[in-house]
Amino acid sequence: MPTVGLFIPCYVDQLFPQVGLATVDLLEQAGYGVEYPADQTCCGQPMANTGCTEQARPLAERFLAIFSGYDYVVAPSGSCVAMVRCHYDEYLAGQPGFEELKKKTFELCEFLVDVADTSRVDHRFPYRVGLHQSCHGLRELRLASSSELVAPAFGKAQRLLQMVDGLELVTLARPDECCGFGGTFAVAEEAVSCMMGNDRIHDHLTAGAEVLTANDMSCLMHMAGLIRRQGKPLRVMHIAEILAGHSK
Amino acid sequence: MNHAPLAAAFVADAPRAKWHDETLWFVRAKRDKAAQSVPEWEELRECAAQIKAHTVSRLADYLEQFEREATRRGAVVHWARNAAEHNEIVLKLLSDRGVKRLVKSKSMLTEECHLNPFLERHGIEVVDTDLGERIVQLAGESPSHIVLPAIHKKKEDVGQIFHEHLGTTAGATDPNYLTEAARQHLREKFVQAEAGLTGVNFAIAETGGFVVCTNEGNADLGVSLPTLHIASMGIEKLVPRAQDLGVFLRLLARSATGQPITTYSSHFHGPRPGGELHIVLVDNGRSDILASDEFRRSLNCIRCGACMNTCPVYRRSGGHSYQTSVPGPIGSILAPSRNPKMFYSLPQACSLCGSCSDVCPVKIDLHHQLLTWRRELAHQGLLSRSKRLGMQAMSFVFRRPALYRLAGRVARWLTPLLPRFMIYNGLNAWGKQRELPDFPAKSFGEQYAERRRHESQRNS
Ligand code: SF4
Repeated sequence: MPTVGLFIPCYVDQLFPQVGLATVDLLEQAGYGVEYPADQTCCGQPMANTGCTEQARPLAERFLAIFSGYDYVVAPSGSCVAMVRCHYDEYLAGQPGFEELKKKTFELCEFLVDVADTSRVDHRFPYRVGLHQSCHGLRELRLASSSELVAPAFGKAQRLLQMVDGLELVTLARPDECCGFGGTFAVAEEAVSCMMGNDRIHDHLTAGAEVLTANDMSCLMHMAGLIRRQGKPLRVMHIAEILAGHSK
Repeated sequence: MNHAPLAAAFVADAPRAKWHDETLWFVRAKRDKAAQSVPEWEELRECAAQIKAHTVSRLADYLEQFEREATRRGAVVHWARNAAEHNEIVLKLLSDRGVKRLVKSKSMLTEECHLNPFLERHGIEVVDTDLGERIVQLAGESPSHIVLPAIHKKKEDVGQIFHEHLGTTAGATDPNYLTEAARQHLREKFVQAEAGLTGVNFAIAETGGFVVCTNEGNADLGVSLPTLHIASMGIEKLVPRAQDLGVFLRLLARSATGQPITTYSSHFHGPRPGGELHIVLVDNGRSDILASDEFRRSLNCIRCGACMNTCPVYRRSGGHSYQTSVPGPIGSILAPSRNPKMFYSLPQACSLCGSCSDVCPVKIDLHHQLLTWRRELAHQGLLSRSKRLGMQAMSFVFRRPALYRLAGRVARWLTPLLPRFMIYNGLNAWGKQRELPDFPAKSFGEQYAERRRHESQRNS
């Protein structure tokens, strides 16, 4: 049985443990052994995105040391996977095991579709769901077609959600606009960030969504923060929770 | 100068910010439709990127070829190292001929060089003839967008400006009426002008000619009546051959406004009979960008404005919040190369969503270059103290798993106990409009370890 090294982003570990647990279930259901290396912390993305590359470098090196032994590395976060696959070259190019690491590191939905070849999901989720396409998953990892490019449409998360019995995906006016989280951007440009988030939420509500989902918890944390403050009628769930049937 | 407070001020006028966002999104949607109508769109983008990369790789040769050919056709070519030299050259051309009135069309480069105030100081009247540019000029402002210079103005604003400057009826907002008033006013200016200045969209090394694209025909009018035509162009505007034009003209208008082609693509090859044509080739920092491996590709830019229309930050913060003649994603790359200290906040005014890179017709990897700028700025010590210290502290903790787990436990235990005012106050930008998530009692790591313990107990 191939073993997956579970990569749980730091803030998911601390704030959204239910997303990690759903991920474990999904991977085990798909027939993989799952191991969570306890000494992992953060992939270094916040530092790298701020320009503090020297603060990110040791974290990239730790990541390689911790995860290089597994058959696959899977994370329920497109953004953190994009850090490894698209931005670690700066720190790790040429190091033994790095090229393999890039090839075997996957975002959860991508892994379920491309590697595990998932063809059915055994849960019912009778709600209207709005899928927020998280930007790094979309335009770095290409987990779905982006609306700017002229190419056939596809989407890995959509494909999985369509397998869920009773689930209805709503159609958004702006299918893949950014929610405005953007790491330190959410704080440094608070006003624009919150306006972006509110506009995203409005689009989902207008489309009739009851549940807002995404494959990045960071986008959801930002939008859930706005939704709760304003008491808007929209539930927020990570896609892993829906797919694993952890929907309460 | 910092982008964030200016952006916050723009957002504070919520209805206007919403209107600005929706207007530009409408343009982006038109662009999407226009792009989708060209099945070979992605090949065209690739082709354009390669032509530009090639041109830039031997720019000096192509510039010399252009100068030779343009001269052969009777134009006079001038070289300007920087904005000041450009302005002096233009001034000298005008004052040698006693020109007091100049009409201008479509030149962001002259904005970059601050030509208008310079000429006005020397007693020359400068009239921007593009309708949008004329509106901002009358309002005493600078363009807020490179293709739609007055996009931040509603028709009520335009009515007010025209009322003050052109004597239209107070409170008039009818676009037809206002446009007609502008037309009459500009006609007078065209007739009086003694010289015309245009920008250049594409210059062709092979022929020594150049193309100016407008939707109003004002470039043609501005240079057809007077005998003196000055064309100001950045040295990156070159393409090697006339046949390359087709690639760029198809991409430019579709990306800019969603039109299949701009209404007027005016070709200039040499002066008109009895007239003079002067071409000013301006560097103004471009060869520094050319010399940098990381930012060279930003010279591919054909100034279509698509990256602005798609940028979720630009749409909501307005062009003026960038404080530079070229705003938005591409402007945030170009400006710091001229003055990193002054424009340090622009590469941060970005959520790194990457939409600009996918929309760019010449495939500039805009969001990666913005990220590279952040690295460069941090390297130059231009990162704010709070960000720098914050990142150092985070990295310190993340390198020590036991400390990380402890810090997480303490924070999860402590935060819910704190009174609300200690979490939600002026110091916490997150909490101004957003709640924090509920803090779970146990981290994933702790719950996972328990689960594995139970499983092994069950199995033994
Ligand atoms: S960077 Fe690309 S999208 Fe932006 S203005 Fe230039 S050519 Fe257009």
